[in-house]
Amino acid sequence: MPAVSKGDGMRGLAVFISDIRNCKSKEAEIKRINKELANIRSKFKGDKALDGYSKKKYVCKLLFIFLLGHDIDFGHMEAVNLLSSNRYTEKQIGYLFISVLVNSNSELIRLINNGIKNDLASRNPTFMNLALHCIANVGSREMAEAFTADIPKILVAGDTMDSVKQSAALCLLRLNRTSPDLVPMGEWTSRVVHLLNDQHLGVVTAATSLITTLAQKNPEEFKTSVSLAVSRLSRIVTSASTDLQDYTYYFVPAPWLSVKLLRLLQCYPPPEEGAVRGRLTECLETILNKAQEPPKSKKVQHSNAKNAVLFEAISLIIHHDSEPNLLVRACNQLGQFLQHRETNLRYLALESMCTLASSEFSHEAVKTHIETVINALKTERDVSVRQRAVDLLYAMCDRSNAQQIVAEMLNYLETADYSIREEIYAVDYTWYVDTILNLIRIAGDYVSEEVWYRVIQIVINRDDVQGYSAKTVFEALQAPACHENLVKVGGYILGEFGNLIAGDPRSSPLIQFNLLHSKFHLCSVPTRALLLSTYIKFVNLFPEIKATIQDVLRSDSQLRNADVELQQRAVEYLRLSCIASTDILSTPSTSTDLLGLGLAPVLNSVAPASAGGSLLVDVFSDNSPAVASLAHTAEENFSSPRIGSADVVSDDPAAAVHDADELVNKFVCKNNGVLFENQLMQIGLKSEFRQNLGEYNSRTKQVDPAVDGGAQVQQILNIECVSDFMEAPILNIQFRYGGALQNMSVKLPVTLNKFFQPTEMTSQDFFQRWKQLSIEQQHSLTVSCKSFCFIIDSPQQEVQKIFKAKHPMDTEVTKAKIIGFGVALLDMVDPNPSNFTGAGVIHTKNIQVGCLLRLEPNTQAQVRGVFIFQFYSRVLEICVCVCHIYIYIY
Amino acid sequence: MLSDSQRHHVPIIRFILIQNRAGKTRLAKWYMQFDDDEKQKLIEEVHAVVTVRDAKHTNFVEFRNFKIIYRRYAGLYFCICVDVTDNNLAYLEAIHNFVEVLNEYFHNVCELDLVFNFYKVYTVVDEMFLAGEIRETSQTKVLKQLLMLQSLE
Repeated sequence: MPAVSKGDGMRGLAVFISDIRNCKSKEAEIKRINKELANIRSKFKGDKALDGYSKKKYVCKLLFIFLLGHDIDFGHMEAVNLLSSNRYTEKQIGYLFISVLVNSNSELIRLINNGIKNDLASRNPTFMNLALHCIANVGSREMAEAFTADIPKILVAGDTMDSVKQSAALCLLRLNRTSPDLVPMGEWTSRVVHLLNDQHLGVVTAATSLITTLAQKNPEEFKTSVSLAVSRLSRIVTSASTDLQDYTYYFVPAPWLSVKLLRLLQCYPPPEEGAVRGRLTECLETILNKAQEPPKSKKVQHSNAKNAVLFEAISLIIHHDSEPNLLVRACNQLGQFLQHRETNLRYLALESMCTLASSEFSHEAVKTHIETVINALKTERDVSVRQRAVDLLYAMCDRSNAQQIVAEMLNYLETADYSIREEIYAVDYTWYVDTILNLIRIAGDYVSEEVWYRVIQIVINRDDVQGYSAKTVFEALQAPACHENLVKVGGYILGEFGNLIAGDPRSSPLIQFNLLHSKFHLCSVPTRALLLSTYIKFVNLFPEIKATIQDVLRSDSQLRNADVELQQRAVEYLRLSCIASTDILSTPSTSTDLLGLGLAPVLNSVAPASAGGSLLVDVFSDNSPAVASLAHTAEENFSSPRIGSADVVSDDPAAAVHDADELVNKFVCKNNGVLFENQLMQIGLKSEFRQNLGEYNSRTKQVDPAVDGGAQVQQILNIECVSDFMEAPILNIQFRYGGALQNMSVKLPVTLNKFFQPTEMTSQDFFQRWKQLSIEQQHSLTVSCKSFCFIIDSPQQEVQKIFKAKHPMDTEVTKAKIIGFGVALLDMVDPNPSNFTGAGVIHTKNIQVGCLLRLEPNTQAQVRGVFIFQFYSRVLEICVCVCHIYIYIY
Repeated sequence: MLSDSQRHHVPIIRFILIQNRAGKTRLAKWYMQFDDDEKQKLIEEVHAVVTVRDAKHTNFVEFRNFKIIYRRYAGLYFCICVDVTDNNLAYLEAIHNFVEVLNEYFHNVCELDLVFNFYKVYTVVDEMFLAGEIRETSQTKVLKQLLMLQSLE
C-alpha cells in the first residue's frame, strides 16, 4: 500500500480502501461500506468533539464512498467545518468534499462562502488558492454574487503572488461563463490585458485563456491584446530552446502558451498596424520554417509539441485567409504530413487541409494532393482517418476533378459498407448519411443516381438511422435552393420515414408535405413522379392530410398533365387514395414503381410488368428497312392520350381496320399472341391488366427512324378504362416501305372483360348476393345458349337478342374460358356440380361493377347461361357489353 | 457544434477521466454541470469508445459533439474531452505533461497510487488545469508547489 508506506497519509483511510479492494463481491463491499457509514455517523453524532484529523479522515472516507458510486447524505456540515481549520490538509479535504459533492444547498452555501471569504482575505497564498479553486470548481451563482467584486482586485493587485494570480484569472473566467451578467467590466480589464506581458509565463498562460474568452464577447474592448499577444508570441518562437527553462517542453519553448496566443489572435482579423502585422507574419514564417528543421529530439513529445504550435499557426493563417504565400506554404507542409508514419499527423493534416481547400488562394494547392488523399481512403486502417479523407475529397471537389472523385467515392462506399458494419457505433451510419447528403449538396450535378440509391439502401436497412435521416433531409430541404437529387432523397426518405419526425410540431405531416410540394414545380418529370409516390405514401402515413393530398392530385396540373407518366400516377394514386383501405396502402408493394425507385438501376430499362397492365406491341418487319411510326387513336372511352411519334394517321379509324372482329375475338380470353400479320409486318401482342389500367406508355420511346428487316421494335401502350365501352380502340400504323406510304389500322383487342378483377367468394355469399340481385330484378340478363337470347328484365327496358351457338360445350374448355374471361371460377359453390359459377368486379375509372356469373348446361348438351349484374346506373350498358363479348366465346 | 457566439460560455475541457481497462474510474474531473446519471453514462461511453482502439489508431475520437483526446499508459487510459475545434496535439501533450508530473510526484506512479491518494490527485489536477483551461504547464513549478503543500501536512 503505497500511501501507507509513505507514512504521510491517513492510516484509517488506507485501511478502509484496502478493505474495500479486498471485498470479493459487491454484497461484501456494500456491507463494509454500510459498516463504515454507521461508524462515521456515530462519530459525527457522538458527544465527544472530534479533532481536526479525525474529522478530515471521516470526511475523506465519505468522499471515497461517494466516488465509488454510493449516495452520501450526511457529513456536509463537518466538511464545511474543515474550511475554518488552520491546517492546509484539513482545509483541502473540506474544499475537495464541497467541490465534488455540494449542490446548491442554500444554507450550506452561505457557510461555505463565509469560509471562502475568510481564506481569500487571509493573504495566505495557499489558502487563497484553495478558496479560488473551490470557486472555479463549483462556480455557482451564489458564489459569483459573493466574489465577483473581490476576484478582479486580487488578479490585478501588485502584491498578489503569481500562483494566486493564475488561479484568480481562471476563477474569473469561470464566473464570467456561468454568470456573465454579474462580472462587471471595469478598469481592471485594461490591466488584465497587460498580464500578457507578465514575467511569469504561468500567469500569462492563465491570463491568455481569460482574455481570449473576454475578447470573444467584446472584441473591441480587448483589441489592444493583439499587439501584446504578437510580441509575446514573437519572443517565444524566436527564443532558443533553453531560454524559457521551466516552460520549455522537450526542446519546444512554451508550446501551450504559443497555442493559446495563436487562438487569441483568431478572435481578430489580421492586424491593421503594419509593424504588428509584419511581426506576426515573421512569427508564422518562423513556425513554418521550424517544421522543416531536423528535429531536436526523436521523442514523439517533441514533435507533438512542435506540431501543436504548427497546426495552430496554420489555423490562424487560414483564419486570416489573406497571405497567399503562407497559405500555400501551409498546404505544402500539410501535404508532407499526409504521408507521415504517425497516424495522428495524417489525420490532422487531412482535417486541416479540409479548411484550406475552401480558401481561393490554396484551393489549387490542395488539389495537387488528390492522389494521396484517395490513397488514404483505400489504405487507412482507422475509420476516422478515412472519414477525414472523405471530407477532404468533398472539399477539394470541383468541376475539374469531380468525375474522378465521385468515381473514387463510389468505390469507397462499396467497401465502406463493410468497414462500417464492423464499427460498433451507429454514429458512423449517421456520418454516412451526412456524407452522401453533403456530396449531393456540393457536387449534386455529378452525383449519379446510384449514389442516392445507396444512401436509401442504407437507411432502409438500418432502423437506427431512419429518424436521423428523416430529420436531416427535412432540414436540408429547408434551403431555398436545393439540388434535385436532394429532393429525390428527401421525397423518398420522408415518404418512408416521415412519420418518425412527425411528432415534432416543426415537422408535422402538413409541413413535411408543403415543404416537398414547394419543390415540386421546379423539378424534372422523374422527380415529380417520385414526389407523387411520396404523396400516396403520405396518405398512408398521415391520414389526417389525405384530403390535402387528394386536392393536389385532383388538380388540373396533375390530372391533365401533359406528361403521361405524371398524369398516370396522379390518376392512379388519386384512385388508390379513394378506394384503398389503410391495409392496402400499408402493404409493402413489390412494385418498383409504387416505391418510386428502381431498386437497381438496371430495372429502369425493364418494363415494370407489375406496375400496371402492359400491352406490348412488337413490330416486326420482314426485309427492307421501313420507317415506322406508331400512332394510337384513342376511343372516347379511353383516357390514354395519343402517343408515340408525330403522325396520327387518320381521323376515321374504321376505314382501314383490318379484319377487326375476328382478330379481336381471339384475344377475349387470352392476353398474348399475334395480333396482325401480312407480307410486310407482323404485330405480336403481350398485355397485362390490373383493375382499370393497362400499362402506361411513359416508357414509349420514339421509334427509331429506320427499322431493319427482321428487326423488332417494341412499343408500350397504356390504357385506362374510364367507363364501359363496346368498341375497341384502334391502333394506326403508318410507315414508308419501298418509298410508298403505308397505312394500316388494327383493332386493339381491348374488351371490357379485360378489366375484370376475379373475386373469390363462398357458396353462402354467392347465393346471398345472387338472391339479392334477383329480388332487385333491376337489370338481370339471361343468355340462353340454345339461341343466345338476351333477356333483360328491367322496369324501363327490355332487350332481346338471338345468336346461334357456334361450339358444343365441353366442361374443361368452358372452365378455361370462364377463367380467361377474367372472373374467378368458383368451384363447389353451386349445389349442382354440372353448373359453373364465377364472380368478378369490372373496374372502370368511374365505377366498379360486381358481376356474378352462372352457367347451366342444359340436357341437350347445350348451355343456358345466366348473368346477373349488380344494379348501377350504367349497368345496362355493361350487361350488354359483357354479353356481347361473351358470345364470342361460343 | 457550438457557434462562435456560444463558445465562450463553455470551458474548453469538458472533463478529464482516468480509467483502467476494466472501466474502473480512477479520476473524474468535471468542468461542466452534468447530473450523476449523465456522468455515469459518459464514463461508460468513453470507456466503450476508447478501449476498442488499437495503437495504430489516432489518439483522437469524435464523441457526441465533442472529441476525446486520450493516451494509454500501461493499463490506464487518460482522456480529455474537448471541443471539436480544439488543438488535438496540445491536449495530447497536456496529458503527457500531467502524467510526468504524477510520475515524479508519486515516484514511478502506478494505478494504486491513484487509488490510495485520490484526494492528492485532485490537487495535482487543480494545479495544472482549472476551470477547464490549462493553468500551469511547467513541471518544475507544479512539483515545487506540490512539495511545498506536502510539507504542510
